[in-house]
Amino acid sequence: MKLFSALTRHSENLMQWLLPVGIIVVWEALSLAGLIPSRILPAPTAVIAAAWNLTLTGELPRNIWVSFWRAMVGFVIGGGIGFALGLANGLSRRSDRIFDSTLQMIRNIPHLALIPLVILWFGIDEEAKIFLVALGVFFPIYVNTQHGIRTVDPQLIEMGQAYGMSPTMLFWRVILPGALPSIFVGLRYALGIMWLTLIVAETISASSGIGYMAMQAREFLLVDVVVLSILIYALLGKLADSTARLLERWCLSWHPAFQRSRELDA
Amino acid sequence: MTVLALRRANEFADPVPAPSAVDARDAGLAVTIQQLRKSFGRNQVLRGIDLHIASGEFITIVGRSGCGKSTLLRLLLGLDRPSSGHFRFGDGTDHAAPRGAIRMMFQEPRLLPWASVLANVEVGLGKERGVANARERARATLGEVGLDDRRDHWPAVLSGGQKQRVALARALVSRPRVLVFDEPLGALDALTRISMQRLIERVWVDQRFTAIMVTHDVTEAITLADRVLMIEAGEITLDQRIDLPRPRERGSPEVAALEGSILRALFRNAGAGEDA
Repeated sequence: MKLFSALTRHSENLMQWLLPVGIIVVWEALSLAGLIPSRILPAPTAVIAAAWNLTLTGELPRNIWVSFWRAMVGFVIGGGIGFALGLANGLSRRSDRIFDSTLQMIRNIPHLALIPLVILWFGIDEEAKIFLVALGVFFPIYVNTQHGIRTVDPQLIEMGQAYGMSPTMLFWRVILPGALPSIFVGLRYALGIMWLTLIVAETISASSGIGYMAMQAREFLLVDVVVLSILIYALLGKLADSTARLLERWCLSWHPAFQRSRELDA
Repeated sequence: MTVLALRRANEFADPVPAPSAVDARDAGLAVTIQQLRKSFGRNQVLRGIDLHIASGEFITIVGRSGCGKSTLLRLLLGLDRPSSGHFRFGDGTDHAAPRGAIRMMFQEPRLLPWASVLANVEVGLGKERGVANARERARATLGEVGLDDRRDHWPAVLSGGQKQRVALARALVSRPRVLVFDEPLGALDALTRISMQRLIERVWVDQRFTAIMVTHDVTEAITLADRVLMIEAGEITLDQRIDLPRPRERGSPEVAALEGSILRALFRNAGAGEDA
């Protein structure tokens, strides 16, 4: 039975790769048959070859690293501030009154609309990209943290008070765990925005990174490198999302929504 | 003798196991309430409650929804401040119970879904959570309600009755001297309800805390209580002593007769007061 369930789980995992792999196979076949001109879309093998060459020159790993580093730094700054303000405004009515309406006003400006201004402020240096990523990541984390804290079951809070919990203990044992599901929604949403912002910022103004690599390749009509850049963004996005889901599964294992997989194991 | 009673006898380690020594330190606190009033805006919910509950007494409070019984419990628990009047526990000062001495069981289990069953029971230890034998105490209490084998489970996988038993263990683990119940069995099916009533009666006989239970169920009130109180529109309108031997048989003529007279009083007063 154990073997069977392990096999089922394995095939479930494989299932999600079925479609992308199928697409690549069809794509390769059509390219080989000459139905897709390589000027429009190079064959997957050509993209792999480009990846190999760029890895050998060191250009690809360096650019991936630069993009990854920008994404993470921006995420930590924007997410950190968003989380802190979300906590503060969720916990304290006064803090909420001071900050919330201003923040909601700023939230309605698409952060990518600030690109011209950001270039004027920071030029095309690292700060510009990090600033944009931080700004993009800030709002989903802020809004969901605040919402999560606000919507913690008041009956549980009352129980905690009746059982003599101090405010600190109430926060760690009741309020924060209660807000976690909502915080994770914000986290996953923010990760999506993080890559989106970085792609745009890097294609418009950068001298390194995957977006820069793509734009430069466009100038030299290297379609394979352009496609490669897009694929790498897709993989990085998937990696970030999977990490967040793993974290979520681990932190929210008490949640009925995450208990199905455990029962499968048993 | 149950696990808890045994453990308690050991802990005090008196040379002579005198029950009175256990009582003095650990038994129920008397509760004295004088002219207690509570208003929300212009709405007077409690209009001068006078009540003395003896140490270790089990009282139940019946009344219609909105008569003020839950408000009374919230005041006793310190979740709300009275508008005027006093109450005190034992010989203590006004409005303050000794730390951890009063515990409540709510209408809902109110377990922390992100904490294991055992960790939920440990919540009941309050500030004593750090003491060395906290975990053992929590396990022993969980055993007392018959759920030691579920200690590592999440509350989400328990049935409604099991959840309330965990909530009972959480209320009991700090060995409270006053235990307050706000209709804790209202949402349970009839059979689970009866077994919970027996469980509550058994631990009460064991530990001799003072018990105050609000309920809608008159049979439940009579089965468990030394005294049944009725609150109507913020005042005590009935104080009925129940002198039947325990454990009481549901459906016995005495219980039925008392039930009839209390129900009649409930309906009569409802008819005389505001329309029902």
